[in-house]
Amino acid sequence: MNANNTSAELLSPASNKQNQDGPEMIGAEILVKALHAEGVEYVWGYPGGSVLFIYDEIFKQDKFEHILVRHEQAAVHAADGYARATGNVGVALVTSGPGVTNAVTGIATAYMDSIPMVIITGNVPTAAIGEDAFQECDTVGITRPIVKHNFLVKDPADLALTLKKAFHIARTGRPGPVVVDIPKDVSFQKARFNYPDELVMRSYNPVNKGHSGQIRKAISLLLEAERPYIYTGGGVILSDSAPELKQFVDLLGYPVTNTLMGLGGFPGTDPRFLGMLGMHGTYEANMTMQHCDVLIAIGARFDDRVIGNPAHFSSVPRKIIHIDIDPSVISKRVKVDVPIVGDLKEVLVEMSAMIKAAGPLKNKSKLDAWWSQINEWRKKDCLSFDRDSEIVKPQYVVEKIWELTKGDAFVCSDVGQHQMWAAQFYKFDKPRRWINSGGLGTMGVGLPYAMGIKKAFPDSEVVTITGEGSIQMCIQELSTCKQYDTAIKIVSLNNRYLGMVRQWQELTYNKRYSSSYMDSLPDFVKLAESFGHVGMLIEKKSDVEPALREAFKMKDRTVFMDFQTDPTENVWPMVQAGKGITEMLLGSEEL
Amino acid sequence: MRHIISILLENEPGALSRVVGLFSARGYNIETLTVAPTEDPSLSRMTIVTVGSEDVIEQITKHLNRLVEVVKVIDLTDGPHIERELMLIKVRAVGKEREEMKRITDIFRGRIIDVSDKSYTIELTGDSSKLDAFIEATDRTAILETVRTGCSGVGRGERILKA
Repeated sequence: MNANNTSAELLSPASNKQNQDGPEMIGAEILVKALHAEGVEYVWGYPGGSVLFIYDEIFKQDKFEHILVRHEQAAVHAADGYARATGNVGVALVTSGPGVTNAVTGIATAYMDSIPMVIITGNVPTAAIGEDAFQECDTVGITRPIVKHNFLVKDPADLALTLKKAFHIARTGRPGPVVVDIPKDVSFQKARFNYPDELVMRSYNPVNKGHSGQIRKAISLLLEAERPYIYTGGGVILSDSAPELKQFVDLLGYPVTNTLMGLGGFPGTDPRFLGMLGMHGTYEANMTMQHCDVLIAIGARFDDRVIGNPAHFSSVPRKIIHIDIDPSVISKRVKVDVPIVGDLKEVLVEMSAMIKAAGPLKNKSKLDAWWSQINEWRKKDCLSFDRDSEIVKPQYVVEKIWELTKGDAFVCSDVGQHQMWAAQFYKFDKPRRWINSGGLGTMGVGLPYAMGIKKAFPDSEVVTITGEGSIQMCIQELSTCKQYDTAIKIVSLNNRYLGMVRQWQELTYNKRYSSSYMDSLPDFVKLAESFGHVGMLIEKKSDVEPALREAFKMKDRTVFMDFQTDPTENVWPMVQAGKGITEMLLGSEEL
Repeated sequence: MRHIISILLENEPGALSRVVGLFSARGYNIETLTVAPTEDPSLSRMTIVTVGSEDVIEQITKHLNRLVEVVKVIDLTDGPHIERELMLIKVRAVGKEREEMKRITDIFRGRIIDVSDKSYTIELTGDSSKLDAFIEATDRTAILETVRTGCSGVGRGERILKA
């Protein structure tokens, strides 16, 4: 009980107030000092009435840079992109009311992909809360279902401890966004500042070490497997476990697949990598998923876009091992035989040590047979496309970007067909290089994501692969790029359609293209130029590579490349919604 | 299957709405919910009665544990436990009904705690099915008002839920 008593004391706001030995300052300054203590480098935000004291304190300091976006949604996306690329907690700052509601899409996007973030929101003064004041909204109520946790701070004396908790909660366990709502009076009333060094919370203690009995069971299943498969997701990226995963695979020599969120967690050019699986996964990745006898899921969650129809998936016998930091994702959609709750890095290290100790693999001949089956599936060459076409093929553009950046760029995408082509054709060898909205599927993230990443990695190539639909959802941020000289490369695969919607309408709605045609598009070249950037129009296949080369040469400019691509191209393979994972369409000829 | 979930959580503003929000967001049922601070005022004890398959109950307890303010969760129905609910029921009591109502109240070991010329208010404690049985045994047209607290539960013997 003593440990708990201590934590209760630490937690209670009253005890924090007694500990008043720090200098006295206003709430806004406490906030800024807390951000300094957390090592925050950048804050993306937009000012407004409720946060003016905070902005005043930001003006007086130079330890972190504030980046003024053009819409609050982009502030959260940019901070989210920064967090995805660096692993640090991303910080955004918005005002009350519409500032908060505009930020909601960004927060939900981060929540669905478990991204560590702290979002500071202003609110009306405490006395006005609940009175329908100007620019008031119930921030904690609105954001509750889309955050890992949120706080309303009613006393400046609670602010430092609350921020400490917010950063701690955001980055530990299964990461996620935390909202800290600060009423205006709290930002100008005074309290003593004393940032706690350590934090113990009795109600929040993520389990990091996997259960050793379960790990032993998993090892014996893995070593006896005849048709094993390693299926990894975003958890590998979030926990920085790519090197540990590589070592694990090196010991076993088993085939590996990644989810959309897991790309880069295992090298995309490694011969043991079967490509992405799922709705637009490769033929071999999906076939292996259905026909394996032992499946180990590592930081993945058997999402509906990954396993298709769960009844079809579960219709064949196989043993499933599932490692995840969050117990609630285990046995959520499919029954798991060996659940292991823990930090992937720790569990993988422990497992690799046990595999080493077990000596040479005894399932070698079975494994060879399994690999020859997989290589048969590979012969389908499911990602082939018409290379002779004079019309610009979107896949070709992505392939060229991969070649020209030597696979080493940070690649962001928006949501739709271009996202799938980017995932299929850019081979990610490193984690945190593929930045996209997998869970919520938010169109418009691509440009702000790139802004966030470029801040953290100014010398790296940052490419946003997008479409003419998605890019217009946050296109105002071209203005932010100009203000901060953010040099990113925007590759718009412009097919004059909301391509993924059009593809579904072609396949399942008898070609009734309801509202999926993009009419009256702007002249993107002039548009880019009007924002002070370089615009390029590419209409021929032979111009693709020269245009990309030219754009990549302009190191200090943002370049908007408008590629006029084949309007009827579809993403293949495809598992239609509700179908089983092996019920794939491989191309138009099958229709 | 009916389950009684006991939750120990931080007694902080918003904690209740997080729990309730979780149930509505994920489509789980709440049959009854009771909550009050414990002997340690920084902690609240909540009892939720819910109905669901074993898989659903597993998800409910996992998701409850995931809430930052939740300290501990147990499914009381996993082992021996006691449950109690309090009902205040106001019934019409005129003429020969007065005697009849008094008799039923005695049979159910209830107490009449308020009396007027035309009505009795009866206090009844027990598990939820006993309260249901009392309502069943009473002439529906005689019931004027029913207030139930929802179920509270505790494990038997050494089965203790503490921070």
